[in-house]
Amino acid sequence: MSESKKMQPYERVLTARKKDRLQITDYIDGLFDDFIEQKGDRVSGEDSSILGGVALFHGRPVTVMGHRNGRTTEECIKYNFGMTSPEGYRKAVRLMKQAQRFQRPIITFVDTPGAYPGIEAESHGQSTAIAESIAAMCRLRVPIITIITGEGSSGGALALAAADSVWMLENAVYSILSPEGFATILWKDSSRAAEACGIMKLTAGELLEFGLIDGIIPEGKRCLSAVNKMLVSELDRLGKYKSATLLSNRYKKYRNIDGTYKPVNSSQDGMRI
Amino acid sequence: MNDFFLIKRKRLSSLLKMRKAPISDEIMECPSCHGKTTAKVLRKKFMICPDCGYYFPMTPAERLSMIGDEGTFKEQMPLLRTKNPLDFPGYIKKLEANRAKTGLQDAIVTGVLKINGIKAAVGVLDGRFLMGSMGTVVGERIAQITEYAAGKKLPLIIFSASGGARMQEGLFSLMQMVKTSAAVERYKETGGFFLSCLTNPTTGGVSASFANLGDIIMAEPNALICFAGPRVIEQTIGQTLPEGFQRAEFLLEHGMLDMVVERHKMKDIIFRLMKMHQRV
Repeated sequence: MSESKKMQPYERVLTARKKDRLQITDYIDGLFDDFIEQKGDRVSGEDSSILGGVALFHGRPVTVMGHRNGRTTEECIKYNFGMTSPEGYRKAVRLMKQAQRFQRPIITFVDTPGAYPGIEAESHGQSTAIAESIAAMCRLRVPIITIITGEGSSGGALALAAADSVWMLENAVYSILSPEGFATILWKDSSRAAEACGIMKLTAGELLEFGLIDGIIPEGKRCLSAVNKMLVSELDRLGKYKSATLLSNRYKKYRNIDGTYKPVNSSQDGMRI
Repeated sequence: MNDFFLIKRKRLSSLLKMRKAPISDEIMECPSCHGKTTAKVLRKKFMICPDCGYYFPMTPAERLSMIGDEGTFKEQMPLLRTKNPLDFPGYIKKLEANRAKTGLQDAIVTGVLKINGIKAAVGVLDGRFLMGSMGTVVGERIAQITEYAAGKKLPLIIFSASGGARMQEGLFSLMQMVKTSAAVERYKETGGFFLSCLTNPTTGGVSASFANLGDIIMAEPNALICFAGPRVIEQTIGQTLPEGFQRAEFLLEHGMLDMVVERHKMKDIIFRLMKMHQRV
């Protein structure tokens, strides 16, 4: 732990992307008693970059979903390197709404370099699919817990992360865009990704300090048991709220994320037309 | 005290700039056909090139005078500013330059106005201000005007023109996608009518949040509307994109929009839609 505390932000990004890290399938195997996968968006397709289904957590039914990356080249291609298309987000929304119908809490695992930037993804409504996933999460009447396990980049990550409680693994990163994309927009040079990481504030420690996440989970041998412990206590805490309170707390959580101020004499009239 | 006068003076000069704007004889070149027109002529024609029909971007003031009844718009929270939450190098200077250029504090104007006598809450993003990107000020003002519309039972109309979430405010910007989406969803649940108008360009985090959650989604002709921009996609797939890809007409064909509306018909259509959604 003390070693990893000294890591530079870009080293964290590289660590977060390592193929030998725990992936969603490992979390499902290690944390849940039973899991049955559900496929398809019931509109136009099945996007396997998101794995989802119903599971038992200490005997209790929950809905689990998250980005799937794969380890071998073959798997990575099959799962599109964790880059999701509209079909995947629509499947996620379908499973979330089903969770609400059966009053199952929702647990999401986030690990994606971003939504898939492709012709078909755009033609099939990538923006709308992400917007509707975020919108659905804002209004679901069941507890939602998100764990960012690797790389959480852009709207593609957020589409599964508008939760009541958001946790990050020690070496996970969570950002507005991948560092490469960020450097391209800012300096038109994707090779300056390492430099971008220095100013993006994307590490778990920085984001916890800003109050943008709820906690950090240590990695290593005790990672799975730490995730288990967190889930038990968060499900217990969130499960005590009536659904109206849960909703209003979730609303306030995001409503209060603010970085603005009113300069002195702010009562002045603005534009009039 | 010095601050007070400084702000007052800045505010005054920006108001004067706006007042001066409509009579400007500034020559404007059309980026599409390279024809030359004066700003005065363009403003009379809803900022549409008289030669080729190209849609020049509109400032919030031009947009509001196009759709609102004269003298009815009143701005809310005009002076809200960002704290620069990431302490991002060079950001404050960039903001100052954009403030001087636009006369606005950030990339949005929100307030209330009347359209043929019907009162509405309205937001207009300004694509000139850091690409119309959404940071904490844009997010806060959209959430505020949406909650205001819910409280006063007003229809809500937002005109988007944005490159997406604002890089300089990092994850704070990304979180504004949740904040604005949550606000419009709650507003819709209370019976509110949300009309979203997508103008050129509406991309990234704005396209993937409140802008695509309208009860009615309309767009201006030829507006670029997408999540990932054409350049990003070209880099990913290594080939050039077909003509018209991600333009308003393409989205209409693919079922993503209710309608594409030309500027000279916009006020009338918005008015008729508002009338049909009035609460009894």
